[in-house]
Amino acid sequence: MTGQIRLAAACCLLLFAALLVNAARVQVIQADSLDRNPANRRAAIDRFEQPRGRILVDGRPVTGSRDTRQQLRYERTYAQGPLYAPVTGYASQTYGTTLLENAEDGILAGTDPMLAPLPFWNDITRGRRPGGSVVTTISSAAQRAAYTGLDGRRGAVAAIEPATGRILALVSSPSYDPGRLSGTGSAVADTWRRYNDDAAQPMLNRAIRQTYPPGSAFKIVTAAAALDTGAVEDVDKPTGVPDPYVLPGTRTRLPNDTRGCDQESLAYAIKWSCNSVMAGLGVRVGLDGMVDAVGRFGFNDRRLRIPSGVAVSNFDREMSDDQLALSSIGQYDTTATPLQMAMVASAVANGGNLTYPRLVERTLDADGDTVSRTGQRSYGRAMKPSTAYRLRQLMVDAVETGTGTSAGIEGATVGGKTGTAQHGVGNSGTPYAWFISWARADGAARPAVAVAVVVEDAEAVRGDISGGGDAAPIARAVMEAALAEAR
Amino acid sequence: MTATTGDPPPPEARVAKRRGVELSLLVGAVLISVLGYAAVGLALDAAAPPDALTHGAGLGLLALVAHLAVRFRAPYADPLLLPIAVLLNGIGLVLLHRLDLATPGERDAPAQLVWSTLGVALFIAVVVVLRDHRVLQRYAYLSMAAALVLMVLPIFFPAVNGARIWIRIGELSFQPGEFAKILLAVFFAAYLAANHNALACTGRRIWWFQLPSGRVLGPVVAIWLLSVVVLILERDLGTSLLFFGLFVILLYVATGRTGWIAVGLLLAGVGAVAVGWLEPHVHGRVEDWLDPFASIDAGRGPGQLAQSLFAFAAGGMFGTGLGLGRSVLIGFAAKSDFILATAGEELGLLGLTAILVLYALLVARGYRAGLGLRDPFGRLLAVGLASIVALQVFVIAGGVTGLIPLTGMAMPFLAQGGSSVVTNWVIVALLIRLSHSARRPLPEPVEAGVIAPAVVVAGPVPGTGPSTGTTATGGER
Repeated sequence: MTGQIRLAAACCLLLFAALLVNAARVQVIQADSLDRNPANRRAAIDRFEQPRGRILVDGRPVTGSRDTRQQLRYERTYAQGPLYAPVTGYASQTYGTTLLENAEDGILAGTDPMLAPLPFWNDITRGRRPGGSVVTTISSAAQRAAYTGLDGRRGAVAAIEPATGRILALVSSPSYDPGRLSGTGSAVADTWRRYNDDAAQPMLNRAIRQTYPPGSAFKIVTAAAALDTGAVEDVDKPTGVPDPYVLPGTRTRLPNDTRGCDQESLAYAIKWSCNSVMAGLGVRVGLDGMVDAVGRFGFNDRRLRIPSGVAVSNFDREMSDDQLALSSIGQYDTTATPLQMAMVASAVANGGNLTYPRLVERTLDADGDTVSRTGQRSYGRAMKPSTAYRLRQLMVDAVETGTGTSAGIEGATVGGKTGTAQHGVGNSGTPYAWFISWARADGAARPAVAVAVVVEDAEAVRGDISGGGDAAPIARAVMEAALAEAR
Repeated sequence: MTATTGDPPPPEARVAKRRGVELSLLVGAVLISVLGYAAVGLALDAAAPPDALTHGAGLGLLALVAHLAVRFRAPYADPLLLPIAVLLNGIGLVLLHRLDLATPGERDAPAQLVWSTLGVALFIAVVVVLRDHRVLQRYAYLSMAAALVLMVLPIFFPAVNGARIWIRIGELSFQPGEFAKILLAVFFAAYLAANHNALACTGRRIWWFQLPSGRVLGPVVAIWLLSVVVLILERDLGTSLLFFGLFVILLYVATGRTGWIAVGLLLAGVGAVAVGWLEPHVHGRVEDWLDPFASIDAGRGPGQLAQSLFAFAAGGMFGTGLGLGRSVLIGFAAKSDFILATAGEELGLLGLTAILVLYALLVARGYRAGLGLRDPFGRLLAVGLASIVALQVFVIAGGVTGLIPLTGMAMPFLAQGGSSVVTNWVIVALLIRLSHSARRPLPEPVEAGVIAPAVVVAGPVPGTGPSTGTTATGGER
């Protein structure tokens, strides 16, 4: 019997060996794929196990946390949800994260290796650190001015400090309350569905994720290209572009909204927004020159991050001359985000130097010590300093005596450009009102702010829409707020 | 498996009793359990639980009383058996306590502690009352009848989670099938011990294959088939698998015929496939085993097995630490069938390996007692009891880690379930008694097996003694 008992014992040993090998297979070899399985809730539970770090505006948190004692424990709250939604985004148990909440998730959730006291600390302790804070560049005064200025109308505002690239305001209207997406359950799902079904698209971040035909506001870019390439040498000399201007190779006449544009100078064209002159200059610069110039302002850049991704502002790379003519006055396929147009104004204000826009000043750990700083970096030289100097003069003229008079501010130099963009099939859609501008306090060395405003108001009567009427007052309010801060 | 010779020690040699070793191992086992209990409190409340000391004292007291019983009534018993049982039971209580904290409104650890106390009481009773394991041979048929009754009883009670294995009397629920394991092991061991010569050497020869005579094999096969059928009716697949394995092992050890193993495995395979295809409940389990993530792909969320695999994976090599895992996600069976997933997640592959090694040691020590014994009944009983533990661990641990299709069964000592804890304590008590007999220096006169051989062997068979004990070398062929 002894032999049989030994053999039976060996069989039992084999069973245990099989168990151990299989346990090693599950716990070591397959562990990663099992951990990553979307149905595995552990990652989500761990993620919401601790309060999320704070997003700060002007040193004050605009976010908070609510302890629900549920499985996904801490839910995100927002102090002024709709106001800051285009900046913060949402951080939802159900729908994930967007915008800053997404881009700085590692810091806010405490998983960023930079938060750990030692390298590989998180891997060893398998834990996460308390969430850190994200200090934004937003100025609450400018943000609020933009938000109240839009007053629920569809539109967006982006404001940048030209010298540093700090984004002072990023507003999209109508907005939504990201706090109502925090958590789980039917209330959250209902809110999500309502926001998504809403025709006004409250969850669309119009400031960086929506592109619009820039219309006449784009003429600044065309003017910069014309001056840089030498297509125009003297802004006050007649350009010789006839009115009416017939699009090259077609019989289509390009209409002007203003009179007296025939053969006019660049200065007049910018001040009174002549389509014919600017379209002609665009063709004169040529496709390669235009594509080159717009690229230096940030058009066609798929890698623009602030740190959230920004929708690509488009200027076609292959066109016939008639299409180029239309593109040069911000029509045809030319589209831009409000942030992109703020960058255009910023480049002009900053002497031709375009500073890379950024939304995050620095990140802090839970104790308030700095983890990282977002360095200021140049996007590149958008135009020659002399060109920028001339364009500043032209934009100041437009505000003082031209189309943008409603943007003027006491005690500051303001330059601006209006835009009214046709869109839709056969231009049947309500035009968008644009205004891009910059402001420098009298006596200050640098301009305090560059801003772009777009208003797409479906309710207004067509004739009332113009950059000067709808968008310029909003831009002025934002600039005033920024100037007050800069003092 | 430690190798020992089958030779009994010479009578005049002084055999160490090793009770001191047992005591110090017990202290270690209790300490580990208390530290685990404290670790759970530290992890979840950032403070050591105030009742950790009383908890430890309670467990220590149980261990001490059990130890005293062994010291005075089975002084030569194997010193590893009791500490392993105490440690496993202690770990089980810690895991249950940890899961209690994660499931508000449920308090299962205290109930388990009461059952453990009852188990230890029964352990002591068995060690004290049962002076010699061979007494059990007299009750072979009685225990067989009792086992069948116990197994049939739950058919008259409502099913719980798809299996009719419960008897409910008021608040108390009891799984009679658990205790039937021991009774059947006693019966098989007694019957096969009384008839193993006949089984091995009689019957027709067909080609090279010697069939044992039907008259000898018939009754035992009938009993076994009956129990398996009953269990399948009750949908208690784990236990039917266990009985099948137990029967094949004992038959092989008793007769030494490898052919039977092959036939048995073939039968098992055919039966398992048939049941797996025809029985919807089982079929679902097999499907789940083949693709644990099918329910996820179908959009119904992860099933229990998928959740269990997630838990094991989350543990990785070192585990999350006691109290920091999320095995509660498994759902209602986290404390019973899937208790090992909590161990795997919070103690990691290291902890899981340690636990499996403890079981392996327990099994090995049981086999070792079997090798040291001289009477066939004792040998078969020790092998049977050790195999029960081994098969139980394999069936449930393999089930929750996706090695084999999942069949419900309690992890010995760890899982929540009073019947299981009590039964396993009795198994350990019997192993203590058996190992005491095996290591005892002075062999007592062997009592005659009371079971009469079903077949009187015509003429002396060369190489075998009477059924009242074979030579210690034990190798009949």
